[in-house]
Amino acid sequence: MIRGTVVIDRERCKGCGLCVGVCPHQLLQMESGYNARGYHPVQLADSAGQCTGCGVCAVICPDVVFSVYREGRVKR
Amino acid sequence: MPPVLERPIENQTNNGSPVLEPVYCFPDSLRDVHTHYCPGCTHGTIHRLVAEVIDELGIRERTLMVAPVGCAVFAYEYFNLDSCEAAHGRAPAMATGLKRVLPDQIVFTYQGDGDLASIGTNEIIHAAARGEKITVIFVNNAVYGMTGGQMAPTSLPGQVTSSSPAGRNPAIQGHPIHIPEMLAGMPGVAYAVRRSVHSVAEIRKTKKAIRQAFQTQLDGLGLSIVEILSSCPTNWRMDPAGALDFIRDQMVPVFPLGDFKVIG
Repeated sequence: MIRGTVVIDRERCKGCGLCVGVCPHQLLQMESGYNARGYHPVQLADSAGQCTGCGVCAVICPDVVFSVYREGRVKR
Repeated sequence: MPPVLERPIENQTNNGSPVLEPVYCFPDSLRDVHTHYCPGCTHGTIHRLVAEVIDELGIRERTLMVAPVGCAVFAYEYFNLDSCEAAHGRAPAMATGLKRVLPDQIVFTYQGDGDLASIGTNEIIHAAARGEKITVIFVNNAVYGMTGGQMAPTSLPGQVTSSSPAGRNPAIQGHPIHIPEMLAGMPGVAYAVRRSVHSVAEIRKTKKAIRQAFQTQLDGLGLSIVEILSSCPTNWRMDPAGALDFIRDQMVPVFPLGDFKVIG
């Protein structure tokens, strides 16, 4: 399976939660803490390494919170 | 500017293990500033799509944006582009002047439904009649968002707003205006389509349409307009996900998605 990850800019996040509903592996959840603007930002809960870097969270996000990384070529 | 990485991706590249490569990063055509849009407002999504298209076409250094009045009034703060602010509804008139004086520049307007379909109907119709070679991004969320959710010309029949508490009654307040269908009949218009941003698939289709609209201008074919159905969770009194469902279930039947005119 292709591996990937997302990097979350938690200060941009407004906590709308649209990404939580579209993640195919349900790896996103809202933090209980607050960011500087008073929103509960999203966080990646991917201890098992299930994220494939499909990027649908970045597509649905209205606030460009996500940067998406995906497994590429192998460096030898 | 890309956001600061919270954990070092580079560390995962050692010992011959697969390299994690960036596949999506913050677009150059957006500024890394906090927007004033409400949580879940799809203005942000549409900003991002426009910025991605400008980046991909490589036209950022020669693109001019005309910002509207309405919720997107501060768009010139959010796009990393040369921009100017038009009087309410007059963005197509200002874009006409810019495009005629600077024909090599790519000129687009970003307008809401209150701006384009209400106070600015005159300007868009005559810009279309003249066949101005500009691109119009028309964001339709069926209410006047900035002023408190009053009924717009694009409000749905029966829609409850702060100025139509019993629901919009077409017998009294008229029917919603369908801008791309109306403009498609005019010879000066080269591209008139309607898209939506209520799902990942529709967002991807919307981006393709925005790209085609800018390509239409690059090819000098005539006016290009993309109407995009957008959500307003605050004034619709809904949560962000519910507002996207409202677009799919209530708005799309009234404002059918599709291509009404495609030349080139």
